[in-house]
Amino acid sequence: MNFVCCIKQVPDTAEVKIDPETNTLMRSGVESISNPYDLVALETALILKDKYGGWVTALSMGPPQAEQVLKEAISLGADAAVLLSDRAFAGADTLATSYTLYKAIRNLDLDRPVDIVLCGKQAIDGDTAQVGPGIATRLGFTQFTSVIEIRELNTYDRHITVKRRVEGGFEVVRGPLPTVITVDLGLARPRRASLPGLILSLRAVIDKWDADAVGAEVPKIGLKGSPTWVRRIFSPPLKEGGPVFDARKDPVPAVERFLDTIVADEELISELFKNPGV
Amino acid sequence: MREEFEVAVVGAGPAGISAALALAEKGIKVIVFERGEFPGAKNVSGGVLYGHDLGESVPDFIRRECPVERNIVESRVWYLSVDGGFNVSFRDRAFEEGLSFNAFTVGRARFDRWFAGIAEEKGALVVCGTTVTDLLRDDGGRVTGVRTDRSDGDVTARVVLIADGINSALAAKTGFRPEPKPNDVALAVKEVIELPEEVINERFNVEAGHGVTIEILGEITKGMDGVAVIYTNKNSLSLCIGANLFDLMSNTVRPYEMLEEFKAHPMVAPLIKSGRPREYMAHWLAEGGYDTIPHLYGDGYLIAGESGMLFNALHREGSNMAMASGRLAALTIAGALARGDTGSEGLAGYAAALQASYVMKDLKKYRRFNRFLLNHKELFSTLPRLGASAAREMLTVDGISKKEKQTSIRRRIQGAIPLARLARLLWAGARSIG
Ligand SMILES: Cc1cc2nc3c(=O)[nH]c(=O)nc-3n(C[C@H](O)[C@H](O)[C@H](O)COP(=O)(O)OP(=O)(O)OC[C@H]3O[C@@H](n4cnc5c(N)ncnc54)[C@H](O)[C@@H]3O)c2cc1C
Ligand SMILES: Cc1cc2nc3c(=O)[nH]c(=O)nc-3n(C[C@H](O)[C@H](O)[C@H](O)COP(=O)(O)OP(=O)(O)OC[C@H]3O[C@@H](n4cnc5c(N)ncnc54)[C@H](O)[C@@H]3O)c2cc1C
Repeated sequence: MNFVCCIKQVPDTAEVKIDPETNTLMRSGVESISNPYDLVALETALILKDKYGGWVTALSMGPPQAEQVLKEAISLGADAAVLLSDRAFAGADTLATSYTLYKAIRNLDLDRPVDIVLCGKQAIDGDTAQVGPGIATRLGFTQFTSVIEIRELNTYDRHITVKRRVEGGFEVVRGPLPTVITVDLGLARPRRASLPGLILSLRAVIDKWDADAVGAEVPKIGLKGSPTWVRRIFSPPLKEGGPVFDARKDPVPAVERFLDTIVADEELISELFKNPGV
Repeated sequence: MREEFEVAVVGAGPAGISAALALAEKGIKVIVFERGEFPGAKNVSGGVLYGHDLGESVPDFIRRECPVERNIVESRVWYLSVDGGFNVSFRDRAFEEGLSFNAFTVGRARFDRWFAGIAEEKGALVVCGTTVTDLLRDDGGRVTGVRTDRSDGDVTARVVLIADGINSALAAKTGFRPEPKPNDVALAVKEVIELPEEVINERFNVEAGHGVTIEILGEITKGMDGVAVIYTNKNSLSLCIGANLFDLMSNTVRPYEMLEEFKAHPMVAPLIKSGRPREYMAHWLAEGGYDTIPHLYGDGYLIAGESGMLFNALHREGSNMAMASGRLAALTIAGALARGDTGSEGLAGYAAALQASYVMKDLKKYRRFNRFLLNHKELFSTLPRLGASAAREMLTVDGISKKEKQTSIRRRIQGAIPLARLARLLWAGARSIG
């Protein structure tokens, strides 16, 4: 099995500041981390590799510092890593990002046919959840989004069965390889690097591909290839707090009202019953 | 499977990094372990560094963009009562020109990272997010490597340098350094307060890029043996106050309460007014001095920096002693490796080199200082109070003659502290630093 895992470097904070002049994210001064979903994707790839054998390549598009997330991937057990880095890639929206990643995966595919591409369900900064499906569409692979469990991977018949989160519940689906799956946080718990892995990653020299090496068409990458433009960024109004059941005077009616309220919430009930672990 | 290094260093503080840098420069295969996510992540955020010692490791540190906050051009010493105090200060043009970067402030989180980066450039391997949990030893008890908290986490090394700071769990576990007694450590709390750069320039009467340090003794530590400091960073102030752990325990004063009162002191409050607290932390300091220094080497290992209790409490010099001891450890190790003797005898040169350096000379000179402070609590209670009341009285213009004032002051002093005790105190004080 040949796995490609897409990892995005994201700022390590929920409170990224927004530049009021340009309406863009102010990223300087904030520590960067691997998108947590992507570490779950990588862990999934590593588990599958341990079970079925194969090769895991980590792939990231970003500025030179994004090398850090690829080193982390190597420390955790990725066999190779490629950084897509070029000024021409800068300012990419989801369309240009998924195009660039797709081109790079095609290159890897020529070397060694790719069976499974793993992405995070979403990036914690951009949050659009569009890049995975964008890659799948361009590659012409089947796609499974929001996967929380891999039920079966059949490497002879070349199909995969997964459980995925859908509106109000879950569904179990099967489809042929090659495929793109985007993973939810519950799918796996990322491991901690072993000492030899960590040392290996500190010494690793990460492959860098520029636009030429990727073979990307210039009008489709970076700012030029990004039809999305940000009109306005704003903080959503604060949500009202949830219902409060005051049990200080008389707890019995408070608990009754609480039970009535959660029983009326179908979504919550279905979560509780379908996934008792949650 | 297990990789072999010539040297393994525990801790990427000033001691560990200066050693690793010197070793790597000699082409020695060295690995450094740091439990923080990056070097400096676990370190008390700001402090004064000294150009001399850093220059020995990185001569062109300014050109290499050492993250300096401010070059110190003025040092103040305050002796405070509850409501006021005395201020002595010294400033010299030399500290702006010829002697610039004699002392300067840094944020340790940034500095340690920068310093480690230079060691990495020279070929040292710096492994972060990894705690050394034990030392490996052979049947004869000789140290042969380290064990870390990661899977497959052992590495072997011909020499291990223990540079894990005052809070050394490793020293305690191995018994190489006895657990310091409460008397021999101070607990310090520190707060960083953000202020605009120009506001700091104005309040401290300095040009851009220049800074001030203030060292403070007196009633602020509530009768306990302790000090406070204020350092200027580029756009923040580091406030720090600490007291002897034994005193803190017997007085049951909470350090953060001490900090809050310190911040409200009339000489401090105007300096930090409208500042925004940014970080807060607590840390130990080795205060025991010369007599608490453990045996600093043995079969296959050395101890450097504050893990070896190398700290000059009077002058607040710790980072420079850490760097100096780290460098001397590296020189000793290089020689021992070349001779092929990394046992206790092969490493003995370290102790001699330290003795010959300013590190042990200074610590020896001040060896009685900690006891002196501990045994003379009036330094932190009666004396500043008396001093302040005397000065207040002399400066109050109220129709009473100066002679009458002096007589009443003398009487008050004699009532509060017997003259013989005062004389002994001065004598002991002079001896403790003489
Ligand atoms: C309204 C809006 C404003 C934006 N403003 C800015 C801005 O000001 N500055 C700026 O830099 N960006 C900005 N972007 C972000 C940029 O367009 C997206 O981050 C990028 O296209 C990826 O989309 P996403 O973060 O939503 O990823 P998602 O689609 O949520 O990511 C899903 C998965 O795709 C993979 N993936 C995504 N990106 C990468 C990558 N680069 N490398 C490897 N794998 C990846 C990961 O596996 C990830 O888990 C903005 C995006 C939007 C929608
Ligand atoms: C509040 C305060 C203010 C100070 N101000 C000054 C000042 O202004 N000037 C000055 O010169 N000195 C000052 N000092 C003292 C100075 O900080 C220390 O003397 C100096 O940092 C000692 O350096 P070191 O390398 O020995 O130890 P440290 O700087 O403490 O470094 C030890 C490193 O080892 C790591 N470590 C510990 N255990 C392990 C383990 N088991 N595995 C892996 N890593 C480990 C730690 O995370 C740490 O990074 C101050 C100290 C305090 C508490």
